[in-house]
Amino acid sequence: MDERLAADLVAVLDKRRVRVESLELALYARDASVIEGRAGVVVFPNSTDEVQAVVRVARAHGVPIVPRGSGTGLAGGSVPLDGAVVIVTTHMDRILEIDEEERVAWVQPGVLNLDLSRAVAHLGLHFAPDPSSQQSCTIGGNVANNSGGPHCLAYGVTSAHVLAVEVVLPDGSLTMLGGLDPDPPGYDLRGAFVGSEGTMGIATRIAVRLTPLPPAVRTMLADFPTVEGAAAAVSGIIAAGILPAALEMMDAEITRAVEAYVHAGFPTDAAAVLLVEVDGLPDGVDAATVQIDEVCRDHGARHVRVAADLAERALLWKGRKSAFGAIARIAPNYYLHDAVVPRTRLVEVLTKVYEIAERHSLVMMNVFHAGDGNLHPLIVFDRRVEGVMERVHAAGTEIIEACVAAGGVLSGEHGIGLEKRDFMHLIFSPDDLDAQARLREAFDPNGTCNPQKVLPAGARCGDLQRIPEGAWI
Amino acid sequence: MDLNGDDLSGDGLSGDDPVVAVGGCTQFTPPAGVRQVRAPAGIVAYEPAEMTVRVRAGTVVAELAEALAAHGQMAALDPAVPDAATVGGVLAAGESGLRRLRYGPVRDTLLEARFVSAEGRMVKAGGPVVKNVSGFDLCRLLVGSRGTLGVLAEVVVRLQPRPAVSRWLMGAADPFAVRRRLYRPSSVLWDGEITWVLLEGHPSDVSAEASALGRGFVDAVGPPPRPPHRWSMRPSALPALAASASAGLDGAFVAEVGVGTVHRDRPQPVRPVDPLHERVRALFDPGRRFAAA
Ligand SMILES: Cc1cc2nc3c(=O)[nH]c(=O)nc-3n(C[C@H](O)[C@H](O)[C@H](O)COP(=O)(O)OP(=O)(O)OC[C@H]3O[C@@H](n4cnc5c(N)ncnc54)[C@H](O)[C@@H]3O)c2cc1C
Repeated sequence: MDERLAADLVAVLDKRRVRVESLELALYARDASVIEGRAGVVVFPNSTDEVQAVVRVARAHGVPIVPRGSGTGLAGGSVPLDGAVVIVTTHMDRILEIDEEERVAWVQPGVLNLDLSRAVAHLGLHFAPDPSSQQSCTIGGNVANNSGGPHCLAYGVTSAHVLAVEVVLPDGSLTMLGGLDPDPPGYDLRGAFVGSEGTMGIATRIAVRLTPLPPAVRTMLADFPTVEGAAAAVSGIIAAGILPAALEMMDAEITRAVEAYVHAGFPTDAAAVLLVEVDGLPDGVDAATVQIDEVCRDHGARHVRVAADLAERALLWKGRKSAFGAIARIAPNYYLHDAVVPRTRLVEVLTKVYEIAERHSLVMMNVFHAGDGNLHPLIVFDRRVEGVMERVHAAGTEIIEACVAAGGVLSGEHGIGLEKRDFMHLIFSPDDLDAQARLREAFDPNGTCNPQKVLPAGARCGDLQRIPEGAWI
Repeated sequence: MDLNGDDLSGDGLSGDDPVVAVGGCTQFTPPAGVRQVRAPAGIVAYEPAEMTVRVRAGTVVAELAEALAAHGQMAALDPAVPDAATVGGVLAAGESGLRRLRYGPVRDTLLEARFVSAEGRMVKAGGPVVKNVSGFDLCRLLVGSRGTLGVLAEVVVRLQPRPAVSRWLMGAADPFAVRRRLYRPSSVLWDGEITWVLLEGHPSDVSAEASALGRGFVDAVGPPPRPPHRWSMRPSALPALAASASAGLDGAFVAEVGVGTVHRDRPQPVRPVDPLHERVRALFDPGRRFAAA
């Protein structure tokens, strides 16, 4: 640990908010992925000014910085490498302003996603992006990862809900990207920053759009005897010209695990279930409900149950959203993948994914955003079993390759981080990567902000990165 | 001259002379004496069950719209002159249509772009699927970049189901109250006196919303004609416009309520931008080959 660095940080914050104890450093050396790094110092600024001061101190010492929210990221995005200064935003958790008429809220980056929706529910509004981790992830993290959630199918992912971002740039200066007017001048740097995974600066204030709660909502659970039938019904619904608010799929394994955990009445003998929600004005919702029921039955659904009331609806969603909690009871470790395929190729890719797991003798479950083709193959395992990590990683690589071969992409919502950085060449040419590296260079010419993430080594000519220790373990 | 239409190799832009990308030229007049490049046209792949379309950037918007309508779908590209504007031109101009209130800004429709860089290389941004966070979001950067970062050659855009019914109404009413009362109208326009509303969706929902508007509203043939210049203003700044207009200070306008785009008879004064914008441009086009449109 660099004592002069820590002392200089204490001078701009205070002793309690500059942590160098080994327990703290270990806690902040990882996120929710299986990747582990090494933190030098962990700081908890309270304000934009303090973030700027921290960034300047780190820069003066030539030490890289890593922005961090709640650390629920699944791609190693907030994992510090080489003793970086970890800047944690969780103390910056105030909702600064709510404008009901304009339907905009200004928040600090450490506000938890669900806390914002709760705070504006009495106005009939909500923050539409709803990642399954919404009780614990920060809006700053959502912005950095351009996070999605079940309801992003119709409402759009985080990028569609961010109007302006105040950013402390890697040189410590402050800028405002975007604005509350519809077309701020210049390039859409707001859009470029969203999804930049902490590599272009630290968001310190965010203006988000609030969305009215729909007047009518219908939630359905369709139960299928085959995975193929369920996947084909997904394409069928989209082809019928319906864009549901959410269209989620759970396979047999996960459905049983969830049912044992929440007792929501999920069919334990189904090969797959679809959770479909439509919302909007009442007659359109009714018409879509009837149509979806028909499409599901045409594809072999045994039952289509429509939630009778708010309580039943909440229970169905609780089942979907606690899938990860349910898994924790089955095996001590899980590896959650995230890739997107064209929705018309779901059946084919799912079949391949199951084959891959079987070939590596791994237990695999699928619970995912079927409506936008966003697969989440989930491998459960016990890392104490010898050689299991090798199999988990080999299967992971094959899954990614299968998705790309079907015309898909590496990630739909978890991001690239360290986890998929070295797969970027599967979908991007050197010229494509070079263009992305130029964008990053405009924000961070010295490469000190969350270095080594997202872009593989050598993405920009003359850019020689080391492969970090411990990545992809 | 045209970009190489078949292999999209970008060879058409080899060399280092200044060039300007042009579409239907509905949004600007290209500078004289600068070599013009045009993207190829045509739909490359359209799978309705995917709700996306891959199209060459030079395709005229009205032609694309017709092909999509045959399958009950649409792209949220609503240029003022759809028979002349090209898909690439609308994206490069970054101007959203009148239905932005409901369908979002045009920047949210672009999923993948293939563009020719200042070095004459074909570069891909984004990907063909509806949800994607693989790498940095160059698509957002390209929309509205007015050809200064690269020449759009081929794009994949997100589609929407076409609403069963679209109905314009007009009446003398407070547009802000109207917007508050309706659930997600497609458009609310206001010229300081009259309010126009576009309702879209299931027929009986549209009728119910139309009657909720009250007897003061009658069916309209469409939106009102708009003055030629677009201003970008905070939606909350709109009420003050009416006051200055009625005092004879500010001329005619049509405001998009809830959005903040205001169509006026003179251009918005140039607004300053952070030097970061110039750094981006310099990194993508160090030799300043691309004329600013
Ligand atoms: C059980 C579980 C379920 C999940 N479900 C979903 C889901 O449904 N959809 C989904 O999209 N994701 C999901 N995730 C992933 C994760 O929750 C999201 O990516 C979330 O947005 C991360 O927020 P965070 O505050 O935890 O960020 P962190 O993990 O702390 O950081 C994530 C990235 O953001 C950067 N960052 C954080 N704050 C800032 C800031 N203020 N400025 C700049 N950069 C910053 C970090 O450097 C890092 O690169 C899930 C994760 C778990 C563990």
